[in-house]
Amino acid sequence: MITFILNNKTIKTPENSGMTLLDFVRYQQRLTGTKIGCREGDCGACTVLVGTLNTKGILEYQSITSCISPLGNAHGKHIVTVEGTNLNDKLTTAQEAMKSNYATQCGFCTPGFVVALTGFALSNSENNYSTALDAISGNICRCTGYKSIEKAAHQVVEKLENKNTNSINWLIENEFIPQYFETIPQRLKAIEIKDLNQPKGKYISGGTDLYVQQADNLTNNSVHLIAEKDYLKGITIENDICTIGTNTTVSDLWNHSELNNYFPNLKKHLKLVSSEQIRNMASLGGNFVNASPIGDMTIFFLALNSDITITDKDEKERTIALKNFYQDYKTYDLKDGELLKNISFKLPNKSTFFNFEKVCKRTHLDIASVNSAIHILVENEMISEAHIAIGGVAAIPKYLHETSKFLTGKSLTSETILEANDILQNEIAPISDVRGTSDYKRLLARQLFFAHFTEVFPKQFTLKDFIQHA
Amino acid sequence: MKNLDSYTHVRGESLYVDDVNIRQGTFHAVVFDSPKAHGKIKHIDYSKAEALEGVERILTYKDIPGENEIGGIIADEPLFAEYDVHFWGMPIALIVAESEFIARKARGLIDIDIEELPVITTAKEAKAKGSFINAPRSFSLGNTEKAFADCDYIFEGETFSNGQEHLYIEAQGAYAEPLENGNIKITSSTQGPTAVQATTARVLGLAMHKIEIDVTRLGGGFGGKEDQATPWAVMAALATYHLNQSVKLVLNRHDDLRMTGKRHPYESSYKIGLSKDLKILAYEAEFLQNSGAAADLSPAIAERTLFHATNSYFVPNVTTKVLSCKTNLPPNTAFRGFGGPQGMFVIESAIAKAASEIGVSSKAIQEANLLDENDTFSYGQIAKLVEAKNSWNSAKSLFNSEGLEREIETFNQNNSNFKKGIAFMPICFGISFTNTPMNHARALVHIYLDGSVGVSTAAVEMGQGVNTKMMQIAAQVFSIPIEKIKIETTNTTRVANTSPSAASSTADLNGKATLMACNSLLERLKKVASEDLNVSENEISLQDEFVYINAKKSELSWTELISKTMLKRVALTENAHYATPEIHFDKTKEKGHPFAYHVYGTAITTVTVDCTRGTYEFDSVKIVHDYGKSMSEGIDLGQVEGALIQGIGWMTLEEIAYNDDGKLLSNALSTYKVPDLFSVPKVVETIPLETKGHDLAILKSKAVGEPPLMYGIGAYFALQNAIKAFNPNYNMKFHAPMTAEKVLMGLYEDSK
Repeated sequence: MITFILNNKTIKTPENSGMTLLDFVRYQQRLTGTKIGCREGDCGACTVLVGTLNTKGILEYQSITSCISPLGNAHGKHIVTVEGTNLNDKLTTAQEAMKSNYATQCGFCTPGFVVALTGFALSNSENNYSTALDAISGNICRCTGYKSIEKAAHQVVEKLENKNTNSINWLIENEFIPQYFETIPQRLKAIEIKDLNQPKGKYISGGTDLYVQQADNLTNNSVHLIAEKDYLKGITIENDICTIGTNTTVSDLWNHSELNNYFPNLKKHLKLVSSEQIRNMASLGGNFVNASPIGDMTIFFLALNSDITITDKDEKERTIALKNFYQDYKTYDLKDGELLKNISFKLPNKSTFFNFEKVCKRTHLDIASVNSAIHILVENEMISEAHIAIGGVAAIPKYLHETSKFLTGKSLTSETILEANDILQNEIAPISDVRGTSDYKRLLARQLFFAHFTEVFPKQFTLKDFIQHA
Repeated sequence: MKNLDSYTHVRGESLYVDDVNIRQGTFHAVVFDSPKAHGKIKHIDYSKAEALEGVERILTYKDIPGENEIGGIIADEPLFAEYDVHFWGMPIALIVAESEFIARKARGLIDIDIEELPVITTAKEAKAKGSFINAPRSFSLGNTEKAFADCDYIFEGETFSNGQEHLYIEAQGAYAEPLENGNIKITSSTQGPTAVQATTARVLGLAMHKIEIDVTRLGGGFGGKEDQATPWAVMAALATYHLNQSVKLVLNRHDDLRMTGKRHPYESSYKIGLSKDLKILAYEAEFLQNSGAAADLSPAIAERTLFHATNSYFVPNVTTKVLSCKTNLPPNTAFRGFGGPQGMFVIESAIAKAASEIGVSSKAIQEANLLDENDTFSYGQIAKLVEAKNSWNSAKSLFNSEGLEREIETFNQNNSNFKKGIAFMPICFGISFTNTPMNHARALVHIYLDGSVGVSTAAVEMGQGVNTKMMQIAAQVFSIPIEKIKIETTNTTRVANTSPSAASSTADLNGKATLMACNSLLERLKKVASEDLNVSENEISLQDEFVYINAKKSELSWTELISKTMLKRVALTENAHYATPEIHFDKTKEKGHPFAYHVYGTAITTVTVDCTRGTYEFDSVKIVHDYGKSMSEGIDLGQVEGALIQGIGWMTLEEIAYNDDGKLLSNALSTYKVPDLFSVPKVVETIPLETKGHDLAILKSKAVGEPPLMYGIGAYFALQNAIKAFNPNYNMKFHAPMTAEKVLMGLYEDSK
């Protein structure tokens, strides 16, 4: 039985764990405030909050899009829909902010915004305008043009100014959430959470890609949920090697303070990956086995020259380089019953530089036309090691073997980079599709390659150094 | 005055079609549609789908008791394909099952064999093959041929503006329920309840009074639910007719994107002639409208393209022509602006081209040709209460446009990786349905025994705040608090024979009717009060729930007055009918006075282009907008901002793509991108223009739904100017949307 708390009510349901959380709350529980906009995590109208007890017994809330989340992943959690945020006969602070700033017109996207803003109040994010906007960046509104919603977010940030550490009680007193929230940690602890009895079936972690592609199949057939498997979790750093479990979400990377020290632009890069709701669910392993030629995290870790460890059902492990994992379009070196366990890479030191670039039709919450990452080691003006990955220009997420090899041992000059671009252009073979013509992708690949160097070595290179001769 | 609906919106308690409490035994339906854009249906095998457990019935054209015809303007569109298919996504059958899930599964079991025929996807191709919806339309003023001979400059060119997906977040849907005696009630997400009612009656072969349409609200419409909400409601009703059970049909997003029409793509050509002092002396344009596979509202949309072909400029010699080209795309349909934006894009392109060739700024040409009082539009209407120059000059001074232009110039001189561009966009948009007979509405107002009030109109609430405006009118006339007033659902049994909520006119038409009904009731109440208080009627007024005599409060309260009126057996209900006066249009001459009034405004858009990546951010859009005397500034500002962003989306991000086989490639939210929070201009500043308002606008508060969309056109030209600042060899292009791809290609092209 899937057991969880939905708003203020404990649910025990024998439903198929592959059913979407959205269908369960809307059609089984008749909580119709959670809306259906797209069923692929792209509009945020179905946003709900997931409260999880962390290892310290503290409840942490994250927003997710319930349309691409399996019901089974709610097991042992507190799920909050817009109805679960409502106070009796008055509006919450987030709701009042939306109302008083005219931030709602047709109202269909509104509950999603309200829930996301409430999630922001409940989160440990730094309280400022920019993080508040991040929290609602996965919500599409077709009516308002967002300016009024920005004002509402401002108002919420102002109201949260004096939030103290005992945040649940503070939020209750300040009318962000109803009283019952204070009972949730105890009630969650009291529910005896047994591991779900899981059948054989498709492995699903966050589900952010699988539910876009084949929700009907997953609803009907057996799925095997792995998001809660401990042996696939965790980020460890030992002897300059970072090892990341494949269940790690993009948000886990975002929130990891040590990784942020090693990669000072990490948040800036991850912000390009997806919306907060999706970052909260999407697992690294999922991104790798999705094998999309433009998988953002794949490109990211290819450039880090990562290794992946694969485990089978007898817990036998093998390790291969991520760059050797991909064979052809959506085919890769993974046998039946095997799972990606973790990914590891050497951490950058003060001579190594990392950059990630992504351009799409819409800068945020979109799939890349071309994305690229570089990891480069420069000592005494010489490139001693270089790893470049690029997406959207081949059948697989592409590690640029030739270009990387060429750069190694060369001096860091614009001539070197221009020459390397010629090699890069020979290594790629973009096709024309809905994300751009092949000509465009070629040009963009060049530009993003140049951008790596202007970003990483701003004192040494400007755009002009490259394009006058290109 | 906050949006009346916002309280339930923010609590998730507002009801949309998919939220209606369904009756026991309700069936769910899914549409089976054509997997080819053009062809003859050779064979369809439904047997496997019908055999699936839980499938109740599959309905096709053979099950239609009345006419298989849903065309609104021209009878050229079947509800279900019979022998041929004309677009990818054309409905062929309705699968009715115990659940949507089962119905969708059954859909996958249907085998269809189609003999493919040649597919037309572009308007030009259709024109070459002589494939049209109807006869072309043409407007003319003066004599362009003669005028071109006197021009110092003449430029010609071609433009393209792509379609646009409405992307109402609530997809299309309807819920049909059987009543007694074979009557059917449909809850529909439609902007046009009467269109749904009339079409359902026609298809089912029933009289209209047997069909009741009820609309609580829409989760966005933007024109996409004016005509194209109809088929789904009709299908649900058809299933209810056969099964005598409730049937719900709500499209999933992919089905909605594939099966419904969008804003029309236009391929156009122009010829513009100017004098040395930059006066536009002559303008010719031919608009090829990609209408899709059936007429839908295309003829009316084509007409509005002609009405707005010269935007807010006076051009003494104009010849414009529009051809509605029949292609194998889903029938394209109404979308905020209704053909107007497509017409305006062409003249703005012509001006930009002329400016670039002459070596002046577009602004100089725009400014030299703004409309003046008593100028004549190409359709014969004399421009009155013109605010074109007022809004332009106000924008220039209020936003210090010259300072802004200098800043941009300095920025561009000092930056090589980033370039800025600026553009001015004046707008002029006519208010009224251009089809004069549609300009009417009714309101039914009940005052109940306890003094509470119910208002029914033909207006459909879809986020534009029309219900709030109706309530404001009733509250103002009766001088009672809004808590005492309820705006009822839009229902064809209370208000019949309605025009759709469209053309920005909903608040004007329904508001005027509401005002009339409330005023009639007020007169009656005053008479009762005067008799009761023994004073003359003209000494009576109502204020804050009390009767006042010569501005002095009496003891007689609103509720007591209502009881007294009831005891005197005086009617507390009024039904009023409003029809816009003054307007007329003669289609045989293509001349007349089609618009009650025009709305004006000017926007200044600035953009920064990242010349490495081809991406861009809009720094600001600064607008002076002509609201008249806004009756609800917060609501109206929301319309300006929302329309602006939708317009920018159309001009920049949003790219509809079909392949040569007519298959939609931008078929999901992952491939069709509308503006998100981060892609909108960092600053949007809107200042109301000081004007007197217009008597034909409700309480002098001008219509605001569509006009601001066209401010978004400025985004296109701002981008052009930024590209030019980086790449002097760049050849201006007039091919919207200006995606990041086109920007990057432009930055690095080496033509000229």
